[in-house]
Amino acid sequence: MIQRRPFFLIFLAPAVVTAVILAAALFEVLQYSVREFVPGSLNVGGFTLENFTRINRPIYWWVLLDTFYISLLTAVFSLLLSYPVAFALVRARRDWVRSLLVSLSITPLFTGEIVRTFSWMLMLGSDGFINSLLRKLSLIEMPLQIMYTRLGVVVALVQFSMPVMIILLATAISHVDRDCEKAAANLGASPGAVFWRITLPLTLPGILSGIVVVFAWTMSAFSTPQLIGGGKVLMISNLVYLQGFSVLNLPFAATLSLIALIAALGSLVLMKSLTGRLEKRLAVR
Amino acid sequence: MTFARLRSLGFWSLVVAILTYMTLPTLVVLMTSVNPTEILAFPPEGVSFQWYEKALTYPDFQRAFKNGLIVTSLASTLALIVGSAFAWLVYRYSFRGRGVLEAVLWSPLIIPHFTLGFGFLLLGGAFKLQQGYVMIVLAHMVLVMPFVTRAVYVSLATIDPNLARAAANLGASPFHVLTRIELPLVLPGMAGGWLIAAVLSLTEFTASLYVTGSRTQTLPVAMYNYIREYADPTVSAISAMLIITTTLIMFIADRAFGLRRVLAIDTH
Repeated sequence: MIQRRPFFLIFLAPAVVTAVILAAALFEVLQYSVREFVPGSLNVGGFTLENFTRINRPIYWWVLLDTFYISLLTAVFSLLLSYPVAFALVRARRDWVRSLLVSLSITPLFTGEIVRTFSWMLMLGSDGFINSLLRKLSLIEMPLQIMYTRLGVVVALVQFSMPVMIILLATAISHVDRDCEKAAANLGASPGAVFWRITLPLTLPGILSGIVVVFAWTMSAFSTPQLIGGGKVLMISNLVYLQGFSVLNLPFAATLSLIALIAALGSLVLMKSLTGRLEKRLAVR
Repeated sequence: MTFARLRSLGFWSLVVAILTYMTLPTLVVLMTSVNPTEILAFPPEGVSFQWYEKALTYPDFQRAFKNGLIVTSLASTLALIVGSAFAWLVYRYSFRGRGVLEAVLWSPLIIPHFTLGFGFLLLGGAFKLQQGYVMIVLAHMVLVMPFVTRAVYVSLATIDPNLARAAANLGASPFHVLTRIELPLVLPGMAGGWLIAAVLSLTEFTASLYVTGSRTQTLPVAMYNYIREYADPTVSAISAMLIITTTLIMFIADRAFGLRRVLAIDTH
Protein backbone atom coordinates (compact mmCIF):
# COMPACT_ATOMS: atom_id res chain seq x y z
CA MET A 1 0.00 0.00 0.00
CA ILE A 2 2.70 2.46 1.04
CA GLN A 3 4.81 1.33 -1.88
CA ARG A 4 2.01 1.78 -4.36
CA ARG A 5 0.99 5.25 -3.29
CA PRO A 6 4.04 7.10 -2.01
CA PHE A 7 3.35 10.30 -0.03
CA PHE A 8 -0.40 9.69 -0.22
CA LEU A 9 -1.19 10.05 3.47
CA ILE A 10 1.40 12.72 4.27
CA PHE A 11 0.06 14.93 1.49
CA LEU A 12 -3.58 14.16 2.17
CA ALA A 13 -3.61 14.87 5.91
CA PRO A 14 -3.06 18.66 5.84
CA ALA A 15 -5.70 19.11 3.14
CA VAL A 16 -8.21 17.09 5.14
CA VAL A 17 -7.47 19.07 8.32
CA THR A 18 -7.95 22.35 6.43
CA ALA A 19 -11.21 21.14 4.91
CA VAL A 20 -12.48 20.07 8.33
CA ILE A 21 -11.68 23.47 9.87
CA LEU A 22 -13.44 25.24 7.00
CA ALA A 23 -16.45 22.96 7.27
CA ALA A 24 -16.55 23.54 11.04
CA ALA A 25 -16.65 27.32 10.53
CA LEU A 26 -19.54 26.97 8.08
CA PHE A 27 -21.27 24.54 10.43
CA GLU A 28 -21.10 27.15 13.18
CA VAL A 29 -23.01 29.59 10.94
CA LEU A 30 -25.60 26.89 10.26
CA GLN A 31 -25.82 26.01 13.94
CA TYR A 32 -26.29 29.63 15.04
CA SER A 33 -28.98 30.21 12.44
CA VAL A 34 -31.30 27.79 14.23
CA ARG A 35 -30.59 29.11 17.72
CA GLU A 36 -32.68 31.41 19.88
CA PHE A 37 -31.51 35.00 20.39
CA VAL A 38 -31.05 36.02 24.02
CA PRO A 39 -31.22 39.85 24.06
CA GLY A 40 -28.29 41.48 25.81
CA SER A 41 -26.17 38.37 25.71
CA LEU A 42 -23.80 36.78 23.24
CA ASN A 43 -24.87 33.34 24.41
CA VAL A 44 -27.65 31.71 22.49
CA GLY A 45 -30.70 29.79 23.60
CA GLY A 46 -32.25 26.56 22.39
CA PHE A 47 -33.09 25.46 18.88
CA THR A 48 -35.69 27.39 16.95
CA LEU A 49 -36.74 28.19 13.38
CA GLU A 50 -37.86 31.66 14.36
CA ASN A 51 -34.93 33.37 12.61
CA PHE A 52 -36.11 32.05 9.28
CA THR A 53 -39.69 33.16 9.80
CA ARG A 54 -38.41 36.57 10.85
CA ILE A 55 -36.99 37.07 7.34
CA ASN A 56 -40.58 37.22 6.14
CA ARG A 57 -40.93 40.93 6.85
CA PRO A 58 -41.13 43.67 4.19
CA ILE A 59 -37.92 45.43 5.30
CA TYR A 60 -35.83 42.29 4.87
CA TRP A 61 -37.49 41.49 1.55
CA TRP A 62 -36.59 44.98 0.35
CA VAL A 63 -32.97 44.52 1.32
CA LEU A 64 -32.87 41.15 -0.46
CA LEU A 65 -34.54 42.61 -3.57
CA ASP A 66 -32.22 45.59 -3.52
CA THR A 67 -29.22 43.27 -3.28
CA PHE A 68 -30.46 41.32 -6.30
CA TYR A 69 -31.21 44.50 -8.23
CA ILE A 70 -27.82 46.12 -7.54
CA SER A 71 -26.02 42.85 -8.42
CA LEU A 72 -27.95 42.50 -11.67
CA LEU A 73 -27.30 46.11 -12.71
CA THR A 74 -23.61 45.67 -11.89
CA ALA A 75 -23.37 42.44 -13.90
CA VAL A 76 -25.05 43.94 -16.98
CA PHE A 77 -23.03 47.16 -17.03
CA SER A 78 -19.84 45.28 -16.26
CA LEU A 79 -20.49 43.09 -19.31
CA LEU A 80 -21.23 46.06 -21.59
CA LEU A 81 -18.05 47.88 -20.56
CA SER A 82 -15.79 44.81 -20.39
CA TYR A 83 -16.57 43.31 -23.79
CA PRO A 84 -14.85 46.02 -25.88
CA VAL A 85 -11.78 45.91 -23.61
CA ALA A 86 -11.59 42.11 -23.71
CA PHE A 87 -12.02 42.16 -27.49
CA ALA A 88 -9.24 44.73 -27.88
CA LEU A 89 -7.05 42.77 -25.44
CA VAL A 90 -7.31 39.58 -27.50
CA ARG A 91 -7.35 41.02 -30.99
CA ALA A 92 -4.90 43.95 -30.82
CA ARG A 93 -2.19 43.46 -33.46
CA ARG A 94 0.72 44.85 -31.50
CA ASP A 95 2.26 42.94 -28.62
CA TRP A 96 2.83 45.96 -26.42
CA VAL A 97 -0.80 47.07 -26.78
CA ARG A 98 -1.92 43.65 -25.58
CA SER A 99 0.47 43.72 -22.60
CA LEU A 100 -0.59 47.23 -21.67
CA LEU A 101 -4.27 46.30 -21.84
CA VAL A 102 -3.70 43.22 -19.68
CA SER A 103 -1.82 45.23 -17.05
CA LEU A 104 -4.33 48.09 -16.97
CA SER A 105 -7.32 45.80 -16.69
CA ILE A 106 -5.91 43.23 -14.23
CA THR A 107 -3.91 45.26 -11.69
CA PRO A 108 -6.98 46.82 -10.01
CA LEU A 109 -7.82 43.27 -8.92
CA PHE A 110 -4.89 43.25 -6.52
CA THR A 111 -5.19 46.58 -4.73
CA GLY A 112 -7.93 45.30 -2.47
CA GLU A 113 -11.44 46.31 -1.54
CA ILE A 114 -10.68 49.11 0.88
CA VAL A 115 -8.27 50.97 -1.37
CA ARG A 116 -10.66 50.76 -4.28
CA THR A 117 -13.69 51.80 -2.24
CA PHE A 118 -11.75 54.69 -0.76
CA SER A 119 -10.68 55.84 -4.21
CA TRP A 120 -14.32 55.94 -5.28
CA MET A 121 -15.16 58.00 -2.21
CA LEU A 122 -12.60 60.53 -3.43
CA MET A 123 -14.17 60.43 -6.91
CA LEU A 124 -17.84 60.70 -5.94
CA GLY A 125 -17.94 62.88 -2.80
CA SER A 126 -19.59 66.31 -2.91
CA ASP A 127 -16.08 67.86 -2.96
CA GLY A 128 -14.74 64.91 -4.90
CA PHE A 129 -13.06 64.71 -8.24
CA ILE A 130 -16.16 64.48 -10.42
CA ASN A 131 -18.02 67.32 -8.74
CA SER A 132 -14.91 69.54 -8.73
CA LEU A 133 -14.35 68.85 -12.40
CA LEU A 134 -17.96 69.58 -13.34
CA ARG A 135 -17.91 72.78 -11.31
CA LYS A 136 -14.65 73.92 -12.92
CA LEU A 137 -16.27 73.41 -16.29
CA SER A 138 -19.29 75.35 -15.03
CA LEU A 139 -21.61 72.50 -15.93
CA ILE A 140 -23.20 72.45 -12.48
CA GLU A 141 -23.58 74.93 -9.63
CA MET A 142 -24.56 72.62 -6.81
CA PRO A 143 -22.60 69.40 -6.28
CA LEU A 144 -24.31 66.26 -7.52
CA GLN A 145 -25.33 63.81 -4.83
CA ILE A 146 -23.68 60.57 -5.96
CA MET A 147 -22.30 59.39 -2.63
CA TYR A 148 -24.87 57.54 -0.50
CA THR A 149 -26.96 56.63 -3.55
CA ARG A 150 -27.54 53.40 -5.40
CA LEU A 151 -26.01 54.98 -8.50
CA GLY A 152 -22.74 55.64 -6.67
CA VAL A 153 -22.63 52.10 -5.31
CA VAL A 154 -23.21 50.61 -8.78
CA VAL A 155 -20.63 52.89 -10.43
CA ALA A 156 -17.99 51.64 -7.99
CA LEU A 157 -19.10 47.99 -8.08
CA VAL A 158 -18.96 47.88 -11.89
CA GLN A 159 -15.36 49.05 -11.84
CA PHE A 160 -14.59 46.42 -9.18
CA SER A 161 -16.03 43.57 -11.16
CA MET A 162 -14.51 44.47 -14.52
CA PRO A 163 -11.12 42.70 -14.12
CA VAL A 164 -12.85 39.37 -13.50
CA MET A 165 -15.33 39.95 -16.31
CA ILE A 166 -12.51 40.90 -18.69
CA ILE A 167 -10.53 37.74 -17.82
CA LEU A 168 -13.57 35.51 -18.49
CA LEU A 169 -14.54 37.30 -21.71
CA ALA A 170 -10.97 37.41 -23.03
CA THR A 171 -10.69 33.64 -22.54
CA ALA A 172 -13.95 33.12 -24.45
CA ILE A 173 -12.97 35.49 -27.27
CA SER A 174 -9.54 33.90 -27.65
CA HIS A 175 -11.20 30.50 -28.21
CA VAL A 176 -13.28 31.72 -31.16
CA ASP A 177 -12.12 30.01 -34.34
CA ARG A 178 -10.99 32.84 -36.62
CA ASP A 179 -11.67 30.64 -39.68
CA CYS A 180 -15.42 30.90 -39.00
CA GLU A 181 -15.14 34.68 -39.15
CA LYS A 182 -13.03 34.54 -42.31
CA ALA A 183 -15.48 32.17 -43.97
CA ALA A 184 -18.39 34.48 -43.21
CA ALA A 185 -16.46 37.49 -44.50
CA ASN A 186 -15.53 35.63 -47.71
CA LEU A 187 -19.19 34.80 -48.23
CA GLY A 188 -19.94 38.51 -48.20
CA ALA A 189 -20.86 39.29 -44.59
CA SER A 190 -20.00 42.82 -43.51
CA PRO A 191 -17.64 43.18 -40.51
CA GLY A 192 -20.64 44.18 -38.39
CA ALA A 193 -22.55 41.09 -39.44
CA VAL A 194 -19.51 38.89 -38.74
CA PHE A 195 -19.34 40.25 -35.21
CA TRP A 196 -23.06 40.09 -34.39
CA ARG A 197 -23.81 36.78 -36.14
CA ILE A 198 -20.55 34.83 -35.60
CA THR A 199 -18.22 36.20 -32.91
CA LEU A 200 -20.79 37.28 -30.33
CA PRO A 201 -22.86 34.05 -30.41
CA LEU A 202 -19.68 31.96 -30.12
CA THR A 203 -18.69 33.83 -26.95
CA LEU A 204 -22.11 33.43 -25.33
CA PRO A 205 -20.92 30.81 -22.81
CA GLY A 206 -18.21 33.24 -21.64
CA ILE A 207 -20.74 36.06 -21.45
CA LEU A 208 -23.09 33.96 -19.36
CA SER A 209 -20.46 32.76 -16.94
CA GLY A 210 -19.15 36.33 -16.65
CA ILE A 211 -22.59 37.65 -15.76
CA VAL A 212 -23.21 34.96 -13.17
CA VAL A 213 -19.78 35.17 -11.56
CA VAL A 214 -20.02 38.95 -11.27
CA PHE A 215 -23.59 38.65 -10.01
CA ALA A 216 -22.54 36.21 -7.29
CA TRP A 217 -19.49 38.31 -6.37
CA THR A 218 -21.49 41.50 -6.13
CA MET A 219 -24.10 39.83 -3.94
CA SER A 220 -21.37 39.37 -1.34
CA ALA A 221 -19.86 42.85 -1.71
CA PHE A 222 -19.51 44.56 1.62
CA SER A 223 -17.21 47.56 1.81
CA THR A 224 -18.66 49.42 -1.18
CA PRO A 225 -22.28 49.49 0.00
CA GLN A 226 -21.02 50.04 3.56
CA LEU A 227 -18.87 53.10 2.81
CA ILE A 228 -20.33 54.51 -0.42
CA GLY A 229 -23.88 53.53 0.49
CA GLY A 230 -23.23 54.99 3.93
CA GLY A 231 -26.24 53.27 5.52
CA LYS A 232 -28.60 54.67 2.86
CA VAL A 233 -28.03 51.73 0.55
CA LEU A 234 -28.37 48.43 2.39
CA MET A 235 -27.25 45.17 0.88
CA ILE A 236 -27.54 41.84 2.64
CA SER A 237 -23.88 42.02 3.75
CA ASN A 238 -24.53 45.32 5.54
CA LEU A 239 -27.54 43.83 7.27
CA VAL A 240 -25.42 40.91 8.49
CA TYR A 241 -22.84 43.32 9.88
CA LEU A 242 -25.52 45.48 11.49
CA GLN A 243 -27.20 42.49 13.14
CA GLY A 244 -23.91 40.92 14.20
CA PHE A 245 -22.04 43.96 15.52
CA SER A 246 -24.62 46.63 16.43
CA VAL A 247 -27.69 44.66 17.47
CA LEU A 248 -25.48 41.73 18.55
CA ASN A 249 -28.15 39.32 17.34
CA LEU A 250 -25.72 36.63 16.24
CA PRO A 251 -28.36 34.01 15.38
CA PHE A 252 -30.19 36.33 12.99
CA ALA A 253 -26.90 37.50 11.46
CA ALA A 254 -26.05 33.83 10.91
CA THR A 255 -29.41 33.24 9.21
CA LEU A 256 -28.86 36.19 6.88
CA SER A 257 -25.33 35.13 5.95
CA LEU A 258 -26.58 31.61 5.31
CA ILE A 259 -29.17 33.04 2.91
CA ALA A 260 -26.44 35.02 1.15
CA LEU A 261 -24.41 31.83 0.80
CA ILE A 262 -27.39 29.93 -0.62
CA ALA A 263 -28.08 32.74 -3.10
CA ALA A 264 -24.45 32.73 -4.27
CA LEU A 265 -24.42 28.94 -4.64
CA GLY A 266 -27.81 29.00 -6.35
CA SER A 267 -26.72 31.43 -9.03
CA LEU A 268 -23.64 29.32 -9.77
CA VAL A 269 -25.70 26.14 -10.09
CA LEU A 270 -28.01 28.06 -12.42
CA MET A 271 -25.01 29.10 -14.51
CA LYS A 272 -23.72 25.53 -14.76
CA SER A 273 -27.02 24.29 -16.17
CA LEU A 274 -27.47 27.29 -18.47
CA THR A 275 -23.99 27.17 -19.98
CA GLY A 276 -24.21 23.39 -20.27
CA ARG A 277 -27.39 23.67 -22.30
CA LEU A 278 -25.96 26.49 -24.38
CA GLU A 279 -22.81 24.59 -25.23
CA LYS A 280 -24.85 21.60 -26.30
CA ARG A 281 -26.92 23.77 -28.64
CA LEU A 282 -23.83 25.40 -30.10
CA ALA A 283 -22.24 21.99 -30.64
CA VAL A 284 -25.30 20.62 -32.45
CA ARG A 285 -25.15 23.46 -34.95
CA MET B 1 -11.70 52.01 -46.33
CA THR B 2 -12.48 55.35 -44.72
CA PHE B 3 -15.52 53.79 -43.08
CA ALA B 4 -13.40 50.96 -41.69
CA ARG B 5 -10.90 53.55 -40.44
CA LEU B 6 -13.68 55.49 -38.77
CA ARG B 7 -15.07 52.40 -37.13
CA SER B 8 -11.67 51.38 -35.85
CA LEU B 9 -11.12 54.90 -34.49
CA GLY B 10 -14.51 54.81 -32.78
CA PHE B 11 -13.78 51.40 -31.25
CA TRP B 12 -10.41 52.43 -29.87
CA SER B 13 -11.77 55.69 -28.44
CA LEU B 14 -14.42 53.63 -26.68
CA VAL B 15 -11.74 51.31 -25.26
CA VAL B 16 -9.66 54.27 -24.08
CA ALA B 17 -12.73 55.85 -22.43
CA ILE B 18 -13.55 52.62 -20.58
CA LEU B 19 -9.96 52.18 -19.44
CA THR B 20 -10.00 55.78 -18.18
CA TYR B 21 -13.02 54.94 -16.04
CA MET B 22 -11.14 51.91 -14.71
CA THR B 23 -7.89 53.68 -13.86
CA LEU B 24 -9.01 57.20 -12.96
CA PRO B 25 -9.83 56.37 -9.29
CA THR B 26 -6.29 55.04 -8.80
CA LEU B 27 -4.79 58.18 -10.32
CA VAL B 28 -6.97 60.35 -8.07
CA VAL B 29 -5.72 58.48 -4.99
CA LEU B 30 -2.11 59.02 -6.05
CA MET B 31 -2.88 62.70 -6.72
CA THR B 32 -4.57 63.35 -3.36
CA SER B 33 -1.83 61.56 -1.43
CA VAL B 34 0.51 64.49 -2.14
CA ASN B 35 -2.15 67.13 -1.46
CA PRO B 36 -0.59 69.90 0.68
CA THR B 37 -3.73 70.71 2.71
CA GLU B 38 -6.24 68.71 4.67
CA ILE B 39 -9.06 69.77 2.37
CA LEU B 40 -8.78 68.09 -0.99
CA ALA B 41 -8.47 70.30 -4.01
CA PHE B 42 -8.55 69.29 -7.66
CA PRO B 43 -6.04 69.86 -9.10
CA PRO B 44 -3.83 69.96 -5.96
CA GLU B 45 -2.08 73.26 -5.25
CA GLY B 46 1.42 71.93 -4.74
CA VAL B 47 3.14 68.79 -3.56
CA SER B 48 3.70 67.64 0.00
CA PHE B 49 4.67 64.36 1.58
CA GLN B 50 3.28 65.17 5.03
CA TRP B 51 0.47 62.60 4.75
CA TYR B 52 2.98 59.86 4.06
CA GLU B 53 4.80 60.91 7.19
CA LYS B 54 1.58 60.92 9.19
CA ALA B 55 0.56 57.52 7.78
CA LEU B 56 3.92 55.98 8.60
CA THR B 57 3.99 57.35 12.15
CA TYR B 58 0.32 56.76 13.07
CA PRO B 59 0.45 54.05 15.80
CA ASP B 60 -2.72 52.25 14.66
CA PHE B 61 -1.34 51.85 11.15
CA GLN B 62 2.08 50.78 12.39
CA ARG B 63 0.61 48.06 14.54
CA ALA B 64 -1.88 47.03 11.85
CA PHE B 65 0.93 46.77 9.32
CA LYS B 66 2.91 44.53 11.66
CA ASN B 67 -0.17 42.38 12.33
CA GLY B 68 -0.80 42.18 8.61
CA LEU B 69 2.75 41.02 7.90
CA ILE B 70 2.50 38.29 10.54
CA VAL B 71 -0.88 37.09 9.29
CA THR B 72 0.04 37.30 5.61
CA SER B 73 3.36 35.51 5.88
CA LEU B 74 1.92 32.70 7.99
CA ALA B 75 -1.31 32.33 6.02
CA SER B 76 0.21 32.40 2.55
CA THR B 77 3.06 30.05 3.52
CA LEU B 78 0.67 27.57 5.12
CA ALA B 79 -1.57 27.84 2.06
CA LEU B 80 1.46 27.21 -0.14
CA ILE B 81 2.45 24.03 1.72
CA VAL B 82 -1.03 22.55 2.07
CA GLY B 83 -2.17 23.74 -1.37
CA SER B 84 0.89 22.42 -3.22
CA ALA B 85 0.61 19.04 -1.51
CA PHE B 86 -3.05 18.86 -2.41
CA ALA B 87 -2.43 19.94 -6.02
CA TRP B 88 0.18 17.17 -6.38
CA LEU B 89 -2.23 14.66 -4.89
CA VAL B 90 -4.99 15.62 -7.31
CA TYR B 91 -2.51 15.54 -10.20
CA ARG B 92 -1.13 12.13 -9.27
CA TYR B 93 -3.86 10.04 -7.65
CA SER B 94 -7.54 9.47 -7.92
CA PHE B 95 -9.06 8.40 -4.63
CA ARG B 96 -12.43 8.11 -2.96
CA GLY B 97 -13.67 11.42 -1.56
CA ARG B 98 -11.44 13.46 -3.83
CA GLY B 99 -14.43 15.28 -5.33
CA VAL B 100 -15.82 16.25 -1.92
CA LEU B 101 -12.43 17.40 -0.68
CA GLU B 102 -11.90 19.48 -3.82
CA ALA B 103 -15.37 21.03 -3.52
CA VAL B 104 -14.79 22.04 0.11
CA LEU B 105 -11.33 23.48 -0.53
CA TRP B 106 -12.48 25.42 -3.62
CA SER B 107 -15.64 26.72 -1.94
CA PRO B 108 -14.04 29.92 -0.53
CA LEU B 109 -14.06 31.24 -4.10
CA ILE B 110 -17.87 31.20 -3.98
CA ILE B 111 -18.74 31.71 -0.32
CA PRO B 112 -19.22 35.39 0.56
CA HIS B 113 -16.26 36.59 2.61
CA PHE B 114 -18.56 37.90 5.33
CA THR B 115 -20.16 34.45 5.71
CA LEU B 116 -16.72 32.87 6.05
CA GLY B 117 -15.44 35.57 8.37
CA PHE B 118 -18.54 35.25 10.51
CA GLY B 119 -18.09 31.46 10.61
CA PHE B 120 -14.51 31.81 11.80
CA LEU B 121 -15.62 34.37 14.38
CA LEU B 122 -18.15 31.91 15.78
CA LEU B 123 -15.66 29.03 15.58
CA GLY B 124 -13.13 31.16 17.47
CA GLY B 125 -15.73 31.87 20.10
CA ALA B 126 -16.36 28.17 20.55
CA PHE B 127 -12.66 27.59 21.30
CA LYS B 128 -12.09 30.86 23.20
CA LEU B 129 -9.79 31.98 20.39
CA GLN B 130 -11.89 34.88 19.08
CA GLN B 131 -9.94 37.83 17.65
CA GLY B 132 -6.71 35.88 18.07
CA TYR B 133 -4.04 35.27 15.48
CA VAL B 134 -4.89 31.57 15.12
CA MET B 135 -8.36 32.24 13.72
CA ILE B 136 -7.19 35.17 11.54
CA VAL B 137 -4.42 33.08 10.00
CA LEU B 138 -6.75 30.13 9.45
CA ALA B 139 -9.40 32.32 7.80
CA HIS B 140 -6.83 33.95 5.50
CA MET B 141 -5.21 30.62 4.67
CA VAL B 142 -8.53 29.08 3.65
CA LEU B 143 -9.38 32.14 1.54
CA VAL B 144 -6.15 32.26 -0.47
CA MET B 145 -5.48 28.52 -0.79
CA PRO B 146 -7.52 28.00 -3.99
CA PHE B 147 -5.24 30.44 -5.81
CA VAL B 148 -2.04 28.64 -4.77
CA THR B 149 -3.52 25.22 -5.49
CA ARG B 150 -4.55 26.34 -8.95
CA ALA B 151 -1.15 27.89 -9.72
CA VAL B 152 0.69 24.72 -8.67
CA TYR B 153 -1.76 22.45 -10.45
CA VAL B 154 -1.39 24.40 -13.71
CA SER B 155 2.40 24.01 -13.60
CA LEU B 156 2.18 20.31 -12.67
CA ALA B 157 -0.11 19.69 -15.64
CA THR B 158 2.51 21.05 -18.05
CA ILE B 159 5.21 18.58 -16.89
CA ASP B 160 5.95 15.81 -19.37
CA PRO B 161 4.87 12.64 -17.50
CA ASN B 162 7.62 10.73 -19.31
CA LEU B 163 10.23 12.54 -17.22
CA ALA B 164 9.01 10.93 -14.00
CA ARG B 165 8.65 7.55 -15.71
CA ALA B 166 12.12 7.72 -17.19
CA ALA B 167 13.62 8.62 -13.83
CA ALA B 168 11.75 5.80 -12.11
CA ASN B 169 12.91 3.32 -14.76
CA LEU B 170 16.48 4.41 -14.18
CA GLY B 171 16.05 3.54 -10.52
CA ALA B 172 15.06 6.84 -8.89
CA SER B 173 12.99 6.41 -5.74
CA PRO B 174 9.61 8.17 -5.52
CA PHE B 175 11.26 10.64 -3.13
CA HIS B 176 13.92 11.38 -5.72
CA VAL B 177 11.37 11.86 -8.49
CA LEU B 178 9.43 14.27 -6.30
CA THR B 179 12.35 16.38 -5.07
CA ARG B 180 14.71 16.26 -8.05
CA ILE B 181 12.28 16.35 -10.96
CA GLU B 182 8.81 17.55 -10.07
CA LEU B 183 9.68 20.09 -7.39
CA PRO B 184 12.16 22.10 -9.49
CA LEU B 185 9.70 22.14 -12.38
CA VAL B 186 6.78 23.50 -10.32
CA LEU B 187 8.87 25.94 -8.28
CA PRO B 188 7.96 28.93 -10.50
CA GLY B 189 4.28 28.07 -10.19
CA MET B 190 4.62 27.75 -6.42
CA ALA B 191 6.40 31.10 -6.17
CA GLY B 192 3.81 32.82 -8.37
CA GLY B 193 0.94 31.28 -6.40
CA TRP B 194 2.55 32.26 -3.11
CA LEU B 195 2.91 35.89 -4.26
CA ILE B 196 -0.74 36.06 -5.36
CA ALA B 197 -1.79 34.55 -2.05
CA ALA B 198 0.33 37.04 -0.11
CA VAL B 199 -1.10 40.04 -1.97
CA LEU B 200 -4.68 38.79 -1.55
CA SER B 201 -4.15 38.18 2.16
CA LEU B 202 -2.45 41.54 2.71
CA THR B 203 -5.39 43.39 1.13
CA GLU B 204 -8.24 41.16 2.40
CA PHE B 205 -10.82 43.21 4.27
CA THR B 206 -14.32 41.78 4.74
CA ALA B 207 -13.45 38.50 6.46
CA SER B 208 -10.71 40.26 8.45
CA LEU B 209 -13.24 42.74 9.81
CA TYR B 210 -15.06 39.83 11.43
CA VAL B 211 -12.11 37.84 12.78
CA THR B 212 -9.79 40.60 14.00
CA GLY B 213 -10.06 42.67 17.16
CA SER B 214 -8.73 46.14 17.93
CA ARG B 215 -5.34 44.70 18.96
CA THR B 216 -5.06 42.26 16.06
CA GLN B 217 -6.57 44.30 13.23
CA THR B 218 -4.84 44.16 9.85
CA LEU B 219 -4.06 47.19 7.68
CA PRO B 220 -7.29 47.25 5.61
CA VAL B 221 -9.37 47.07 8.81
CA ALA B 222 -7.36 49.90 10.38
CA MET B 223 -7.86 51.94 7.19
CA TYR B 224 -11.61 51.30 7.33
CA ASN B 225 -11.78 52.47 10.93
CA TYR B 226 -9.78 55.59 10.04
CA ILE B 227 -11.97 56.46 7.04
CA ARG B 228 -15.06 56.33 9.21
CA GLU B 229 -13.68 58.94 11.60
CA TYR B 230 -11.39 61.25 9.67
CA ALA B 231 -11.41 62.72 6.17
CA ASP B 232 -7.81 63.77 5.59
CA PRO B 233 -5.48 62.36 2.92
CA THR B 234 -3.63 60.00 5.31
CA VAL B 235 -5.51 57.03 3.90
CA SER B 236 -4.66 58.28 0.39
CA ALA B 237 -0.99 58.01 1.33
CA ILE B 238 -1.40 54.47 2.70
CA SER B 239 -3.48 53.52 -0.36
CA ALA B 240 -0.83 54.95 -2.68
CA MET B 241 1.87 52.88 -0.96
CA LEU B 242 -0.31 49.76 -1.19
CA ILE B 243 -1.10 50.39 -4.86
CA ILE B 244 2.58 50.87 -5.72
CA THR B 245 3.67 47.82 -3.72
CA THR B 246 1.06 45.44 -5.12
CA THR B 247 1.57 46.68 -8.67
CA LEU B 248 5.32 46.14 -8.34
CA ILE B 249 4.87 42.66 -6.87
CA MET B 250 2.46 41.70 -9.64
CA PHE B 251 4.78 43.13 -12.28
CA ILE B 252 7.70 41.12 -10.91
CA ALA B 253 5.52 38.01 -10.60
CA ASP B 254 4.43 38.38 -14.20
CA ARG B 255 7.98 38.83 -15.47
CA ALA B 256 9.49 36.05 -13.35
CA PHE B 257 6.77 33.40 -13.25
CA GLY B 258 4.38 34.22 -16.09
CA LEU B 259 1.45 35.49 -14.07
CA ARG B 260 -0.85 35.32 -17.06
CA ARG B 261 -0.34 31.59 -17.27
CA VAL B 262 -0.93 31.20 -13.53
CA LEU B 263 -4.18 33.17 -13.83
CA ALA B 264 -4.95 31.27 -17.04
CA ILE B 265 -5.44 34.36 -19.19
CA ASP B 266 -5.06 33.54 -22.85
CA THR B 267 -4.22 36.34 -25.18
CA HIS B 268 -4.07 34.09 -28.20
